[in-house]
Amino acid sequence: MSADQTDSATSANCEGATAQSDGQAVASPPRQWDNGPRREDRSLRLADGGRTADRPPRPVRDGVGLGLAVGVSGLAFGAAAASSGLTVWQACALSLLAFTGASQFALAGVIAGGGSLLAGTAGAILLGSRNTLYGLRLAEVLQPRGLSRVPVALGVIDETTAITLAQPDPVSARKAFTATFWCLYLTWNLATLGGALGAGRVGSPQALGLDVVAPAAFLALIWPRLKSGRTERLVAAAGAALALATTSVLPVGVPVILAATAALAGALAPAEEPSPGSAT
Amino acid sequence: MTGTWIAVLATAAGCYALKLAGLTVPQRILVSRRVRRFAELVPVALLAALSAVQTATNGQAFDIDPARLAGLAAAVVALLLRAPFLVVIVVAAAAAAALRAAGIA
Repeated sequence: MSADQTDSATSANCEGATAQSDGQAVASPPRQWDNGPRREDRSLRLADGGRTADRPPRPVRDGVGLGLAVGVSGLAFGAAAASSGLTVWQACALSLLAFTGASQFALAGVIAGGGSLLAGTAGAILLGSRNTLYGLRLAEVLQPRGLSRVPVALGVIDETTAITLAQPDPVSARKAFTATFWCLYLTWNLATLGGALGAGRVGSPQALGLDVVAPAAFLALIWPRLKSGRTERLVAAAGAALALATTSVLPVGVPVILAATAALAGALAPAEEPSPGSAT
Repeated sequence: MTGTWIAVLATAAGCYALKLAGLTVPQRILVSRRVRRFAELVPVALLAALSAVQTATNGQAFDIDPARLAGLAAAVVALLLRAPFLVVIVVAAAAAAALRAAGIA
């Protein structure tokens, strides 16, 4: 491996660890590798859920493990989609083609509330914008060319990015991406089908508490980010307050899009603290 | 129903296009710190808003359902105890379902 590859792989490693631990993959400065091996060790440990500190990379095992664990959450999406009024096939189409959990839950949520389909679609797509930034980072590591980008693009999501960027070298990174993507894709889609079929057959969604599934899922999805900084907590609180305050005067779905202005304010606000490695 | 299919397919197309864009555009376009920060904060703001709206409203009206609030509170407790994603969801739904079954809320 050339020195250049080592550098970029270690950089990817550090950022992946950040993505895994607090969802900050896109915020990390692009070059942290000269902080030395300590950071590398830490990232390996985090990528493995804290079990071992120094071990050889196991991209396929890690990818399959994460893929199975997260993919099963498709049950929750399938159930939420079916109880929101989406058909089983619409729920499956979203999982097969959109394949990005937060956006899928968001569209189902707006439909459940009887909201405008246009607003629901816009909100769901806006939520998918972070995947563009993940794609930028993954393109550096995976270097897909030409038509190979078409299947790779489908797999650009939070989990694949976290695992792929946590690998110490480009070969492991490619294996990790492929393993995570396929395992998660298959599990997520089968689970969606199971959840959607199951929710339709077992009585009232309310009696099962299924109306709490989506709000709880949203909270769980942003939880690591809420713990990562004061700006995140302020943005979340402002977004929620803005949406609630405008609910009675705007069409259903629009208040949620309006909440993006809280993110804009947060992005324009001065940084609360220098990022690690920003001095380099 | 056709309208819902259009929304489903438009969401799928939009989400896919955003992913593909990241792999395709030249690397230097989105390096601005503020653009990155915005993209990172968008999910935080939108998901917090969605969670609040779906917990406390129904259509354009406020609808405080004690069982739903209790379910979300149970989710917070599970998150504080570092429960995995699916466990958080099951705990939330179970709490709401149990309160309704008991006729408390």
